[in-house]
Amino acid sequence: MAQEDNNVIDQPEVIRHKMVTIEIAGKKYEVPEGITIIKALWYSGQEVVRGAGCLGGFCGACAAYYRTKDDPKVRTCLACQMAVQDGMSITMMPPFPARKATYDIQALDNPKQDLFNLYPEAPLCRNCNACTEACPQQIDVREGVWKAVFGDFKSVSEMFMDCVMCGMCTPVCIADIAPNLVALYVSRAQGAHFTEKPPGLDTRIKEIQDGRFNDEWAKILTMTEKELADHCATVK
Amino acid sequence: MDIHALQQIVHRTRDARRKQIIPKLPPAERDQLIHKYHPDYRASAYRPIRFGPNADDRTVVELATLLEGDSPIAGGFDLTPHYQTDVLVVGGGGAGCAAALHAHGAGAKVILATKLRLGDSNSVMAQGGMQISVAPEDSPVTHFVDTLKGGHMQNDHQLLKVMVEEGPSIAKWLLSLGVLFDRDGDGNLHVKKGGGSSKPRLLTCSDYTGLEIMRVLKDEVLNQKIQLLEFCSAVELTSNDEGNCTGAIFKDLDNHRHVVVAAKSVILATGGIGRLHIQGFPTSNHYGATGDGLCLAYRMGAKLMHIDTFQYHPSGAVYPEQLIGALVTEGIRSEGGHLVNAKGERFVNELDTRDVVSSSIIRECEEGRGIRTMSGRVGVWLDTPLLDAEQGPGTVEKHFPAMMLQFERFGIDISKDPVLIYPTLHYQNGGVKIDTNSETNVKNLFVAGEASGGLHGRNRLMGNSLLDLMVYGKRSGLTAASRAGAMKQGTLTLMHLQRFRTEAKMRGNLSGVTSPMILPSYTRKE
Repeated sequence: MAQEDNNVIDQPEVIRHKMVTIEIAGKKYEVPEGITIIKALWYSGQEVVRGAGCLGGFCGACAAYYRTKDDPKVRTCLACQMAVQDGMSITMMPPFPARKATYDIQALDNPKQDLFNLYPEAPLCRNCNACTEACPQQIDVREGVWKAVFGDFKSVSEMFMDCVMCGMCTPVCIADIAPNLVALYVSRAQGAHFTEKPPGLDTRIKEIQDGRFNDEWAKILTMTEKELADHCATVK
Repeated sequence: MDIHALQQIVHRTRDARRKQIIPKLPPAERDQLIHKYHPDYRASAYRPIRFGPNADDRTVVELATLLEGDSPIAGGFDLTPHYQTDVLVVGGGGAGCAAALHAHGAGAKVILATKLRLGDSNSVMAQGGMQISVAPEDSPVTHFVDTLKGGHMQNDHQLLKVMVEEGPSIAKWLLSLGVLFDRDGDGNLHVKKGGGSSKPRLLTCSDYTGLEIMRVLKDEVLNQKIQLLEFCSAVELTSNDEGNCTGAIFKDLDNHRHVVVAAKSVILATGGIGRLHIQGFPTSNHYGATGDGLCLAYRMGAKLMHIDTFQYHPSGAVYPEQLIGALVTEGIRSEGGHLVNAKGERFVNELDTRDVVSSSIIRECEEGRGIRTMSGRVGVWLDTPLLDAEQGPGTVEKHFPAMMLQFERFGIDISKDPVLIYPTLHYQNGGVKIDTNSETNVKNLFVAGEASGGLHGRNRLMGNSLLDLMVYGKRSGLTAASRAGAMKQGTLTLMHLQRFRTEAKMRGNLSGVTSPMILPSYTRKE
């Protein structure tokens, strides 16, 4: 091997480039091994409108079900973040008609109690754990629902920071809970009602309102281009 | 070679590198580096635009072609509106949601139309944070100066002053809606230092800042029952006989019908252009980032600015193949992560501005100090395990859960092994020229967020985009709403399109493509 080739990363998928057979919504297609499910859709000639969003694993638009060869277990994933393998069966998740409660987050009187009015199904969790198993973000969803019901809003808000709102926890719930929507309400309530106001922020807003920086602004905004460039260069 | 064998040099040189201090480049050297290596200076990628408000200005070929493209709407199109509203917001990302919420809050009737779902945007992916000068040792003036330096002194001063001064009140608004920014022990907002900034100023929600803000804003749009038109892509605007904007025509992507919306004001919040893959670059942008708003505004006669400059984020993933173009957040470098070439050397101050860091990575790779992949990519290492070494085990996992998970899916533990990165097309620095109310030179046509230009100069500073979205989303929404009461709905015509087509004929004809692009064509044909 030539000297300069030492800095090349081996990629099995390039060395042994091979096509695999997958099933998309019940139809078989040959696609290159290891590409993402979304790319497999494009490769197999499908126009994608619904079912693709940020393509970076953050937006939850591409929630999909898949099953690998000979395994009875149907799993969930974000299609932009999952590589295809031989024998995989895939179906994109359709939009699910979950009920979202509407509320005025700031006007809530007693957010921990209001949870039961907004989402009366939340305490009916039967502990089946299907939501946790369905979460492509590895959130302990079931635990989150219980913590919400018991009023531990802080923990819920931390646990669900990874939630991309794909909604895959919802169709599996036998108690008709939409855990991601419950968690979103709880997280917002935690932020709006149970987190202390940062004292420094109001100070800064008041400083701006009172014109504390006006002299500095006047100086900067009347500088010539050259003076301004020189001034900027002094700020490290 | 096996990737782990190649990574050894990063592990071996880590301790020695920790003591090394690399100064930021002085202006002259910085300009020299950028001119030589930054993609903005690759002359062959550019050409002049042949007609329209920016005739003879240069931009990248991909964008020029779309700007000169023809509308899919024919002259005799039936403009009878299906909907009427005070304020029509086009785009469902950060700027669109902020505009819709503020316009609605001010009492206007609002319709928000978006090409994909509400919230599908680049905003949702913003990991690095949001620059707001809340720290006592910081000030809006320092924020202004840092941004100006980053933007090569080309930023519109008025737009920038407004943004930095309204920042703190935006933070307050978001907190009141329930956004969970990271805090210090004393309850104050935790600030991190970002590339190109002299003071720590980044507000964060771990590395999910954009996601957290967007979850909340989307929920609020739904709670406020703002009327939505999802999977409706704007394909043309309408004007009255004075040339003012009076509405828009959409294509419903589900049933392929056209939808006409009459509006007293239109706010374009259509985002950026990453999916044009300028100069063949991969992109960190979302599926719909095809610059639609630029084409629509241009045909209406709105002037664009700084459309020859784009941001190539220094750290796009190069390996594994499935993550190509995906962003490795700048937060890693903010917390001390080193960039390391194939020889195990650092080669730039990692916290220099994005254009400098990107240019230096391209230099390393062009001069043979990059690491290549068998599929033909090249990159340099980002030493992520250094964070655990410096700040204790678990740091990467705690501070960058999104990034950990993203790589973990492909069997890579970024707290133990460095990641391979190369610049990725990230942001359109320029866009439609706006004033401090976010209005263009076309009356009642507003542009907010990435689609607008001027604020960021020729290089956007990290963390300024989220703030831009909130500030100018708000200003466009409030201004548009304030006009609605005293204003009658203007007539809907296509006179601007007639003018555009006439000019096209006189000045070298249309480019032969139909614009906007709506979605990139990744579907493999036979």
